[in-house]
Amino acid sequence: MPVILWTDALFLLVLLGPALLLPAIRNREPFIRPWRSVLASGTARASLVILSAFVLIGLADSIHYRPADAGGTDPDEIISLLDRWLDGPRHHSEKTYSEPLAAYAHTREAVTDAAGATAWLYPRLQYGGRHLHDPERERWPDIRQRVGWGLLKASLLAGLLWAITQKLHRRNKPERPSAAAARITLLLLCLLTGVVAELANDYHVLGTDKVGEDVLYQSLKSVRTGLLMGILTTVATLPLALGLGVMAGYFRGWVDDVIQYVYTTLNAIPGVLLIAAAMLIMQAWMGRYDASLTSLAVRADLRLLALCLILGLTNWTGLCRLLRAETLKLREMDYVQAARILGVSTPRILLRHILPNLFHLVLISLALDFSSLVLAEAVLSYVNIGVDPATYSWGNMINSARLEMAREPVVWWSLAAAFVFMFSLVLAANLFADAVRDAFDPRRN
Amino acid sequence: MLHYILRRILYAIPLLVGINLLTFVLFFVVNTPDDMARMHLGQKHVTAEALAKWKHERGYDLPLFLNQQAPGIDRLTQTIFHQKSVGLFLLNPGRSDDGRDIAADIGQRMGPSLALAVPALLLGLWLHISLALMLVFFRLTFLEPAGLAACVILMSISSLFYIITGQFVGGRLLQLVPISGYDDGLAAFRFLLLPVVISLISGAGSGIRWYRTLFLEEIGADYVRTARAKGLPETVVLFRHVLGNALIPILTGVVVVLPLLFTGSLLTESFFAIPGLGSYTLDAINQQDFAIVRVMVFLGSALYILGLLLTDISYTLVDPRVRLN
Repeated sequence: MPVILWTDALFLLVLLGPALLLPAIRNREPFIRPWRSVLASGTARASLVILSAFVLIGLADSIHYRPADAGGTDPDEIISLLDRWLDGPRHHSEKTYSEPLAAYAHTREAVTDAAGATAWLYPRLQYGGRHLHDPERERWPDIRQRVGWGLLKASLLAGLLWAITQKLHRRNKPERPSAAAARITLLLLCLLTGVVAELANDYHVLGTDKVGEDVLYQSLKSVRTGLLMGILTTVATLPLALGLGVMAGYFRGWVDDVIQYVYTTLNAIPGVLLIAAAMLIMQAWMGRYDASLTSLAVRADLRLLALCLILGLTNWTGLCRLLRAETLKLREMDYVQAARILGVSTPRILLRHILPNLFHLVLISLALDFSSLVLAEAVLSYVNIGVDPATYSWGNMINSARLEMAREPVVWWSLAAAFVFMFSLVLAANLFADAVRDAFDPRRN
Repeated sequence: MLHYILRRILYAIPLLVGINLLTFVLFFVVNTPDDMARMHLGQKHVTAEALAKWKHERGYDLPLFLNQQAPGIDRLTQTIFHQKSVGLFLLNPGRSDDGRDIAADIGQRMGPSLALAVPALLLGLWLHISLALMLVFFRLTFLEPAGLAACVILMSISSLFYIITGQFVGGRLLQLVPISGYDDGLAAFRFLLLPVVISLISGAGSGIRWYRTLFLEEIGADYVRTARAKGLPETVVLFRHVLGNALIPILTGVVVVLPLLFTGSLLTESFFAIPGLGSYTLDAINQQDFAIVRVMVFLGSALYILGLLLTDISYTLVDPRVRLN
């Protein structure tokens, strides 16, 4: 039975939005030309491939349902498609820490053997490498063999993809060097996925954390949270910034004064403190309606949504100021004056003549904000005003692992996994945003 | 000049009033004192008496705006609005939810915050501007794309990573500096070294890129071409002409944050256990002490508005193109 959470619906809506806009801009050269120059850059294409991979993971994690065979533990359990694919790592929980690809636990334990003698040693893991008889000898050959198989299968798949894209590519056009960059990224991504998929069911590829949960599973589940923070926040930002910014710039006078006053006031409050205050208040509110929230997943989901909205409410002022200034400039342009003299109604002028010319500002600012929002999630979770502690997120992973570097021997894999995943998403987003800005900003051409 | 400054100050007053009203609405109307009491005492199994006692001790049991029972002027003063919000204007922040004197706390904790923030700001300015100038000097060589790539990579790393790795490498592996803590006077140097270095590195990516765009905007200007045409070496052009003119936007960017240095940095202070205002705020958020958070919101906003005011004034001082009317 499918379940649609609030964030799922909004996430899909945001992804569908640009697709719906597509027919409207299809034949308009001014909207298409910048995209062509974005795609002409190799780094932009490569980062687009990586971003798409992240979006696919997030999308698979946004299709939720109640499994038919609930297993009896929790009747309200809601799982996603991604959970289904990662069934192995999801259920294979150890007792506590274990290193990546290990077959033995990370800490010593008193183990009693069949004869009744107690020994102080590293116990075998319950799931990691359990198919091996003698891990000391068999583990590395087994891993090597699996890596080989993974690479082989992945390269077959990649070859197929390559052939298809070759077929789609028109013969008479010379291939751009940027396409090669995208293909190589795709190939590497395929190889990585192949190797991980081959290993993930019988090993903990990235180890396990303090309570024995698979770190790879946690990192992959966190992708959705990271993306939502970057994307859903715009849902709250955009209407406010666009509506108020255009109104202030176009109508001027007292409307302008009021709107300027509102955003200067909001802007004056330090961002983190405003978010903290809003989150404290939100928690008190949720306390009031605690009883009506049926399951943990719904509760965590609402908190995630609230966090995105709050971030949006504190973030719209910058874009609003930009849009106001641009509208002030546009309304004095000849074509807008002409439209006004010809008797075109105000809403129509705003919609047809002003809005399309603000498009590039909106796009640049959204692209540039995305990465900082993903990074902000980690900081907010550390300050305990981020997502629900039950939600998987890189911030929560870092937060719960922050004392692990002080352990002896060091437990590095949880932190490393969270940072590497976050870094790859943010780096790809930054590179892509730079390309978008270079292409769309008229001052840079 | 005096006229202009007076006008800017008068403009700041409605902003402060707006912020005060906003925090009042957020903390007392949207989120009623009942909610606050419940969060502190637990959501369930709380008696009405316990709630009333908690509110009375902290003065949250008064009416919001108008006290019908009180005589005379007390009708207005014996209210939450007067005692909690108007008090902020009179620099009387009152007491925190667990009874501490907030003003005394702030006075005590301002020093360590400044001791960390001022060196971090000054060294950051010096380092990031020099590196940005170097990128501009070596433009159109291989150093430019390499430097820019390094900037993007530095920008894409979480600030938590810098702090956690910095503590691990500097404090544990090399044992150069203590991992965290604080001491008064000159002894603080040992404790501040690592946080300052980390803040320099974590701000480098965005800082260098920002200063570089400022320099690049100047480098195409007519006066730069004139300077080159009359035979000045590139270093003189860069340092005297480009840097001099780019200093105007740099200065305004710095002046805005000057007053906010008092409030410190949440993350760095709490990771390194520096007893400044940043860690004070963070503790308040974690203990859900609404009174402290409210005061810090107001203080931060007031300092930001002061920063805007100083920016306007400094503009008129350094930029001869700005006319006061």
